[in-house]
Amino acid sequence: MASPRRERREEGRRRADECDQTPKVRVQACMRRGSLCKTTMLRLTAGRVRTLLSRQAMAALSTSSARMASHGHEVSEQADISLPYFDRLDTPLPDRPYQDSLSAAEKSLKQKEKGPWTSLSNEEKLALYRIMFKETYAEMKRPTGEWKTVVAGILFFMGATGLVVLWQRYYVYPPHPPSFDEEWQAKQVKRMLDMRINPVEGFSSKWDYEKGQWK
Amino acid sequence: MSLPKPVMRGLLGKRLRFHLPIAFTLSLLAAVSFKVITEPRKQAYADFYKNYDAMKEFSAMREAGVFESVRPTGE
Repeated sequence: MASPRRERREEGRRRADECDQTPKVRVQACMRRGSLCKTTMLRLTAGRVRTLLSRQAMAALSTSSARMASHGHEVSEQADISLPYFDRLDTPLPDRPYQDSLSAAEKSLKQKEKGPWTSLSNEEKLALYRIMFKETYAEMKRPTGEWKTVVAGILFFMGATGLVVLWQRYYVYPPHPPSFDEEWQAKQVKRMLDMRINPVEGFSSKWDYEKGQWK
Repeated sequence: MSLPKPVMRGLLGKRLRFHLPIAFTLSLLAAVSFKVITEPRKQAYADFYKNYDAMKEFSAMREAGVFESVRPTGE
């Protein structure tokens, strides 16, 4: 439990030493999917804040700055807060790399990463990527087939609603008013024709007044 | 590892070549349908009022009993 934490602490201090660039340049160097992440300054724990904040004001650029700001004092370097790792489309750089404890081969690879990247083979670049991240964007975006469940749910509830409405029609609705009767409707039509409703292009224009029938 | 370079030029031209014919067709369609709907309607109104006798219509309506100000001639 202690050794990976101490290792991360040392690595954090080392990175702080070699980071003489401005915060903006460092963030630009940290393009996740285009190239490899040389310095993930976003993977900070509260314990490392004091060493780094004193150098440059980069609290604003750190995602865990809210957490750090809430810590009034650091009695000891606890670094107990286990940062979550998550793959999200809108957060390209999670708070910590995926693989925390590296094997010997991976550690040597990380050393090689400090040199020129052109010396890395494609397999090594992929290995470094997999150390830092769990899934690629392509893997994250893979289709889940969730839409089928959604459509099924929609149709099911539409059917249930239909049944409810049917029950309503027979047990809730009052009887029809008298204006729905055939006789009443016929009288209504006659009255409309007498009043010459829409005689140019509409209702009464369809009635032949001389013959007394529909045209 | 190496992605193809994205298209950097001619984007407006491409968009115009796609959208302008559609725009022209649709506006032409709108103008034509306007003509097609309104001309017959104007003709229908002209025909209706060419031989319209207002007094005759009024008497017919009065006899049918739809007015409240004048009752049918019998009452």
